[in-house]
Amino acid sequence: MTIQELDAIRARKKELIDVRRLVKEQAEVLAKNTAYRKQVLVCGGTGCTSSHSKQVLEHLEKTLEEEGIGDVLVVKTGCFGLCTLGPIMIVYPEGAFYAQMTPEHVETVVRRHLIPGGEIVKELLYQGTVMDDGSIIPFAETPFYKKQMRIALRNCGVIAAEDIEEAIGAGDYQALEKVLSSMTPDEVINEVLESGLRGRGGAGFPTGRKWMFAKASAGDVKYVCCNADEGDPGAFMDRSVLEGDPHCVLEAMTIAGYAIGAHQGYIYVRAEYPIAVQRLKIAIGQAREHGLLGKNILGLGFDFDIDIRLGAGAFVCGEETALMTSIEGNRGEPRPRPPFPAVKGLFEKPTILNNVETWANINPIIMKGAKWYSSIGTERSKGTKVFALGGKITNVGLVEVPMGTTLREIIEEIGGGIPNGKAFKAAQTGGPSGGCLPASELDTQIDFDNLVAKGSMMGSGGLIVLDEDDCMVDISKFYLEFTADESCGKCTPCRIGTKRLLQLLTKITEGKGTPEDLEKIQELAEHMKASSLCALGQSAPNPVLSTLHHFRKEYEDHIYNHHCEAGVCKALLNFTIDKEKCIGCGMCAKNCPASAITRTDYVAPGHKLASFEIDSAKCVKCGVCQSNCKFKAVERK
Amino acid sequence: MNNEANCTACQSLGTPEQEAQLHAVIEESKSTPGCLMHILQEAQAIYGYLPIQVQKTIAEGLGKSLSDVYGVATFYSQFSLTPKGKHRVSVCLGTACYVKGSDKILEEVEKQLGIKCGECTADGLFSIDSCRCVGACGLAPVMMIGEEVYGKLTPDKVKGILDSYREEQK
Repeated sequence: MTIQELDAIRARKKELIDVRRLVKEQAEVLAKNTAYRKQVLVCGGTGCTSSHSKQVLEHLEKTLEEEGIGDVLVVKTGCFGLCTLGPIMIVYPEGAFYAQMTPEHVETVVRRHLIPGGEIVKELLYQGTVMDDGSIIPFAETPFYKKQMRIALRNCGVIAAEDIEEAIGAGDYQALEKVLSSMTPDEVINEVLESGLRGRGGAGFPTGRKWMFAKASAGDVKYVCCNADEGDPGAFMDRSVLEGDPHCVLEAMTIAGYAIGAHQGYIYVRAEYPIAVQRLKIAIGQAREHGLLGKNILGLGFDFDIDIRLGAGAFVCGEETALMTSIEGNRGEPRPRPPFPAVKGLFEKPTILNNVETWANINPIIMKGAKWYSSIGTERSKGTKVFALGGKITNVGLVEVPMGTTLREIIEEIGGGIPNGKAFKAAQTGGPSGGCLPASELDTQIDFDNLVAKGSMMGSGGLIVLDEDDCMVDISKFYLEFTADESCGKCTPCRIGTKRLLQLLTKITEGKGTPEDLEKIQELAEHMKASSLCALGQSAPNPVLSTLHHFRKEYEDHIYNHHCEAGVCKALLNFTIDKEKCIGCGMCAKNCPASAITRTDYVAPGHKLASFEIDSAKCVKCGVCQSNCKFKAVERK
Repeated sequence: MNNEANCTACQSLGTPEQEAQLHAVIEESKSTPGCLMHILQEAQAIYGYLPIQVQKTIAEGLGKSLSDVYGVATFYSQFSLTPKGKHRVSVCLGTACYVKGSDKILEEVEKQLGIKCGECTADGLFSIDSCRCVGACGLAPVMMIGEEVYGKLTPDKVKGILDSYREEQK
């Protein structure tokens, strides 16, 4: 394909896609220029697919056909972000945001809204877009979307993820065209350097510097790698980019190949992401067909190709040297650095590795310039960051905010706060390598350095919210179970350190901890930080250290009082029945899996039947009795 | 070792079709640098797991030692050296699911099937594993059976879901 052909596709598709980006009035005018009266976008990301968006899509197409409606375009996109409300369907040009769709709902929308002269079906909309007076606001004005700034996610939920022409229409490959036709490799690297972009995988190393080092390394064979081995449990930013806009990653890797002088790229992606892998395969195939990968790209004399390598479930492979060892087909164990990958990486050749979200920022930096990009964010962390909001929060989903946004804005405004009237306890960032921040730190501005200063870290972007029902000792034990399980075993501080930390935490959650254990934890953690080979071991103590710092009272409560305030640690729980409240219905005894509940001969005043009691020796502390008692007679202490 | 001697799968390469597929995969990939993981993934897709004889065949085909192949096969959690059930139940124990009580879902699945995580039922119908995040955090807690994702679970929903697979079997 030539530049002219690429421009022609872009020109042909641009208006269609702009309808989905503009405000209602402008979009309605523009829609008249396109072949489609309406466009219906259905989310085909993992979250919505899991809540059966495929049936919604099939039913939509079928119903449209039955009704003889031919001027409505149906588009299967990637993630819209608001995963709790899936399956999601958006109708343009009016931007009507339908949530939790079912096949029946789809029929209603087709027959009442999508028919010529139809009107929005208000009761099926995401209720956040319907005001008290019945007026409808654009979804971009709802609290969830209003404070977001979508740079990396600019095309996610906007374009058909399996159609390269839509990607081109949305602006993908425009930066590649600009780079190959008018920029030198040094100019490209300079632009990225000056943008202030730092690696989004967790450590925050300046991307431009990485590229500069790799370019400076001698050698005619170099590699460009993409880390899509998103291992932090509870994080799904990279997956959403791959599912929603895979071409932006291919484009950015090709640009980097041009900048450092590489001709081969590898994407290392989790096998647990079947939809993302499938879309990547489709995208690579289409890019090759269109001459955007392979020999003589755009007829401008540059060769670059990309292959996929599937991970096989090892968290340590998110570490750069381990990832490269794994691509080489070996056990994914990290190597000591130096030599750094920019000097000696994959197959012992100079290599750069960036994560998916980092790659997703390259096109806007090239197109809009380093100056524009560096105007967003804080002094030392530029641009935006995507977070996967999860746990005890109303709006579970994917959000992208400028660096410097506070945790409070993300959790209370965008996230909609804590559901079920519970109290906020902590925000966990950085996954198994990060830490927990308490309510007093909610006004922390999020950037790489601030989070580290508070004892946590940015990580790849998982943000799990914990409420009063979560025990902080149990949470750190949960993370240590993870790191102990995932430690590759190569270096002693990590292999044995994680196990020992886990033993100490288990002891505390069982009520057998001693005050000395806290000192031991502290000491061991410092040693692991100082002497582990890679970031997995160096950061594994972070969840413990940060909770010990901010929630020391909870640890002490477990140790001195054998008490778990949140009621999570089973060994410390005691279930009892309040004889005065018990009406003797027997629901608890009927459902008890351990037959630990029996009737007494005491009848409380005002009740007809004798009350029950729990034999604590038999009780397995499952809590079934409590959840079955309608009279709140079962107490957990 | 006795078990291994009695196990026919350990000594043979399965059906002739399976054996032919395995050899084809090895031939097709062996010149690609770093192909071992890919071959193991394909072999697992053919056999459902990686019996020792399959690992030996791969080692011979690539001119590697068995310990190299075994080392890789045991490093990654995706690879299994034991057979899995026809329906593979995988309960997500990622953070988002954990804080929403996925440990109780796993307990219920174990209770319903009468086996522990990592095991397979005697009739070969179900096996249980835990996994770390399938990325459907908006639906936490979730479990997968085969490729199907079940979200917003509570322990009392588990039995009905498992029963639907038992029904299908009849």
